[in-house]
Amino acid sequence: MPKENKNKSTRDGFGDALLALAKKDKNIVVVSADLAESTRVWKFAKKYPARFIEVGVAEQNMLGIAAGLALADKIPIATSFAVFSPGRNWDQLRISVCYSKANVKIIGSHTGLGAGEDGASHQALEDIAITRCLPNLVVLAPADYNEAQKALAVAIKHQGPIYLRLTRQNTPIFTSAKSIFKIGQANILQKGQDVTLIACGALVYDALQVAKKLATQNISVEVINCHTIKPLDKKTILASVKKTKKVVTLEDHQIHGGLGSAVAELLAENYPVPVKIMGVNDTFGESGTPEKLYKKYGLDQEHIIKNIKEII
Amino acid sequence: MPTLSIAELKKQANLIRQDIILMLERAGSGHPSGALGMADIFAVLYFQILNHTPHKPNSPLRDRLILSCGHYCPVLYATLARAGYFPLVELKTLRQINSRLQGHPHNLSLPGVENSSGPLGQGISQAVGMALAGKIDQAKHQIFCITSDAEHNEGQLWEAIMTANKYQLNNLINIVDCNNIQIDGKTTDIMPLLSLRKKYESFGWKVLEMNGHNYGNIIATIKQAKNYQKGPVVILAHTIPGKGVSFMENKYDWHGKAPNKEQAEKALQELRQAV
Ligand SMILES: Cc1ncc(C[n+]2csc(CCOP(=O)(O)OP(=O)(O)O)c2C)c(N)n1
Ligand SMILES: [Mg+2]
Repeated sequence: MPKENKNKSTRDGFGDALLALAKKDKNIVVVSADLAESTRVWKFAKKYPARFIEVGVAEQNMLGIAAGLALADKIPIATSFAVFSPGRNWDQLRISVCYSKANVKIIGSHTGLGAGEDGASHQALEDIAITRCLPNLVVLAPADYNEAQKALAVAIKHQGPIYLRLTRQNTPIFTSAKSIFKIGQANILQKGQDVTLIACGALVYDALQVAKKLATQNISVEVINCHTIKPLDKKTILASVKKTKKVVTLEDHQIHGGLGSAVAELLAENYPVPVKIMGVNDTFGESGTPEKLYKKYGLDQEHIIKNIKEII
Repeated sequence: MPTLSIAELKKQANLIRQDIILMLERAGSGHPSGALGMADIFAVLYFQILNHTPHKPNSPLRDRLILSCGHYCPVLYATLARAGYFPLVELKTLRQINSRLQGHPHNLSLPGVENSSGPLGQGISQAVGMALAGKIDQAKHQIFCITSDAEHNEGQLWEAIMTANKYQLNNLINIVDCNNIQIDGKTTDIMPLLSLRKKYESFGWKVLEMNGHNYGNIIATIKQAKNYQKGPVVILAHTIPGKGVSFMENKYDWHGKAPNKEQAEKALQELRQAV
């Protein structure tokens, strides 16, 4: 089988799960801002036209409408690129959705450098920072296609607002379709002794690959898939760090305000140890393929290995 | 810039269209519809209307062109290169790593690019800001803004449009590409804009309309807009999305899809035959 067939994006996982879930739950409605195909709600729109609301290029209005739908007992799925939602409509997210505890699922696609050729304007590198600071909001960043499917199912069961961070690019499917996905429960994907490597999103796969490579060099890496950035799984992270006493975090996001910051906040208050936060280092991205961008901006496997060796 | 004859302008627009096809095919992604549809207007603006000096891109006296709908950038880049802002060969680097030709425009990356865009709706507010600065400085230059029709779905535009009337910004001209498409379909289906003429009129703007592919009409209309003294002017430019490439014309599915090698060859053949 050609490699691409095994690779799928988390936005695909979301879109496929949506179709299945919508069949069972008639309260699910989709709100779109002229990106139905890119956000993978096109099939839903065709199948359930009466439950599909297209507001045009108007993300602030979209989220307000979603809040209204939620306050009228629908389960709105508000979809766009993350730079626009929650990027452009953050105030609406804060008040109409979070303050009111409106049951809106905010789907932000094309996050991180992985968004690729569209360039800096379309690469959401700040979305975790601006969502994890909001009360009442759950923030999820699934690692692959399978996990994105589970994340949506759990999000729909959950009563309250959720931000689901998705990616454009196809990446390997490596989590099991059967493993349990619980909000606020990080998964230890590989046990280790020397360092805790905490990652989220598409880079979790690279974290695992690195752990495998380093095992051959007698470096034992514990890999945690932290798919829920908020609420953070303090228990799992603290237990791991008490064992390894060293931490590297990894995300396709700014180093300021993301997963790394969340982990650093936890450790500073509870168990201070050396931490290396890997992410985009306070700069905008640019156009390019995800692979080339990860290399240039220090997020490829080579850089992860280098950082782990430096910290242990 | 020397002003060109209509025949020469048409030739430039044709070359710009060929550049757009070559750039997008090579990049493997990007937006052909709007860029092709606006090539005639861009040729007229840069080779006939704008007061600008490509080798002095930061001259304070220059007219400014603000591209609000950033996904149209292939037409801006090709026109800037044809006008002499940077070497034509650089067009090949569109959307590649380390290129000055970003997937959406970045003002700090490339000479001649006045503003960063991509997220729709932001350019027109910046154009209003530049026009206000021009008023404060009692400057003579004009601000041209290019917006797309579906961009008018964004509330921010209407906030800017309201402000331009308040300050009677007669140094501001907004050219709207009325091509009747957006990503998910026709504008009439996705979000009906109804009459942009009536909307702009009720916001206090002078409204002109033109056929965006008729050179005599384009030149006369823009000149009329430039001479209007009482306030901001909007030109509703009626264009054919994908203009010049038969299989792309009026098809919204070409909004954001690059041609493959075969399609590009076919498009180039048509364009070469048209001159
Ligand atoms: C704020 C914002 N939301 C969404 C998008 C994604 N997007 C790119 S172009 C476009 C609309 C296309 O319609 P129009 O602007 O009329 O351009 P055309 O299809 O005619 O090229 C959208 C929704 C964007 N660039 N900015
Ligand atoms: Mg349009």
